[in-house]
Amino acid sequence: MLADKHRETIEAILAKYPPAQRRSAVMPLLHLAQQERGHVAPEDLEEIAALLGISPTQVGSLVGFYSLYYDRPGGKYRLQICTDLPCALRGAQAFAQALCDRLGIEIGGTTADGLISVEAVMCLAACDRAPVFQVQDPSGLHYHEDQTVDSALQFVEALRKGIGRG
Amino acid sequence: MAEHVVLRHREIPGLERLEVYLEHGGFEALRRAVTKTTPQEVIEEVKASGLRGRGGAGFPTGVKWSFLTPNVFPRYVVANADESEPGTFKDREILERNPFQFLEGVAICAYAAQAEVAYVYLRGEFWDVAQELDGHLASLRERGLLGKGLFGTEYNLAVHTHLGAGAYICGEETALLESLEGKLGQPRLRPPFPAAEGLYGKPTVINNVETLANLPPILARGAAWYRTMGTEKSPGTKVFSLSGKVVRPGNYELALGTTFRELIFSHGGGIPDGRKAKGILPAGASSVILPADERILDTPMDYEAVQAAGSALGSASVIVLDETTDLAWVAMKTSRFFKHESCGKCTPCREGTYWMLHLAERVERGEARLEDIDLLDTVARQIQGKCLCALGEFSTMPVVSAIASFRADFASRVADGR
Repeated sequence: MLADKHRETIEAILAKYPPAQRRSAVMPLLHLAQQERGHVAPEDLEEIAALLGISPTQVGSLVGFYSLYYDRPGGKYRLQICTDLPCALRGAQAFAQALCDRLGIEIGGTTADGLISVEAVMCLAACDRAPVFQVQDPSGLHYHEDQTVDSALQFVEALRKGIGRG
Repeated sequence: MAEHVVLRHREIPGLERLEVYLEHGGFEALRRAVTKTTPQEVIEEVKASGLRGRGGAGFPTGVKWSFLTPNVFPRYVVANADESEPGTFKDREILERNPFQFLEGVAICAYAAQAEVAYVYLRGEFWDVAQELDGHLASLRERGLLGKGLFGTEYNLAVHTHLGAGAYICGEETALLESLEGKLGQPRLRPPFPAAEGLYGKPTVINNVETLANLPPILARGAAWYRTMGTEKSPGTKVFSLSGKVVRPGNYELALGTTFRELIFSHGGGIPDGRKAKGILPAGASSVILPADERILDTPMDYEAVQAAGSALGSASVIVLDETTDLAWVAMKTSRFFKHESCGKCTPCREGTYWMLHLAERVERGEARLEDIDLLDTVARQIQGKCLCALGEFSTMPVVSAIASFRADFASRVADGR
């Protein structure tokens, strides 16, 4: 249960909105659930719905609508490469393909160790620093700009070693 | 070149720290506004400055505020930090490097609107930015620059961040409000406009990050000073996000009315490897694409002149295409974006973007017949004028203009024998 582990965080989230408008907290609570588990599970929908007084279906519809929510597990680290027009003009499509080739996966796939998923995503507002990817993981979302295939592979290696040490 | 008004951190190292911002006159404009002027006087000063909304629509900011339904409270202010237009990356620089000027602008706007609660709606990808802003908001509360009884007056103000989760449509202000209320980010039918019924059905002002960041200098130095920059109808400076086939992509804050040529060649260093510019998207993916001929390169980038040239300034996200760029490929890329981002509420946009992408991909793969080019054009035109918000309209602009101005790029892809 989220409430057992994150009571203070949940209360701080709810305090941002007027008492009669608890539903506004649904997106931050979904982010919280996803940080905990890597995706949003049916029991998260139930718990968030009960907290806010709406139905699990209403919560679930948001998971389908917004790109950053996932309803199933993927790699622990989701590398999301922008391949939109401005980035593609600066080689992002070739970068994405080359990186996936080196990792031995398709774009949209996950490495065999379950650590890394690579996706092609829409504009990340970093067009002047392409190629760029963001990493969505349990700690949130972080940008990696001005990338090369080598720098991205080094980053992946560092992630793998970190796991090895853990 | 005009001075930096919102990108002041380029001259002042450390401006993202509150101490440094205060040393440079930070929060004096807010203090003066709250302690010495009425909300109406603030609105009048912003009206006099001629500041226009920097998110894309270019609507006069002070006029927008004056539409708030009188005597209905509570009211809300929402800062639109959902920056998601392909080619736009200006708000992120402001939020990361000059955050307190932005937050002072939020507070000034809230005082003018007589709102005691403001939200900063950030796109979900700006996770780290939101964490930093939360820290900045805590420092402001500790200093008494936010909270109850500001500067010894009766005025209270709370500001909260709210993270989205990846949806371009939430940059549209009524979709943003739906999202902030915990619903799907789908646009509302208007009227009523947010100034009458906005967040939680209450009168609401929604302004873009760059718009809000302009407010402290305008109040500190006056409307007349602001009008010394830019043109009569488009006063002030604008942050131009320059990307694509240029040597030095980046944000450039320049006077409105600066020409494309100056931006692309003087500031952006021109086109790599001595190639020629072929096309310009002045407003990101949501652009009528202009051929980069001499006349267009000499066009001043202000709201009126870019419109007269057949496109729009929008959020001033200038994407440059060079002679190696295939416009059929560009139409496929923008169609892919809009198909992904259509919220699905209006059938012409939901279905139209699907079929535009389908046809554009067929052309791009070299599998289309000649009549498919006209079919793509027809599908795009059938979306126009039939949707609740501008997304559907935007999706058609690069496609229709690419076919009109660069038809050879499409025709050369048509399968042999047809």
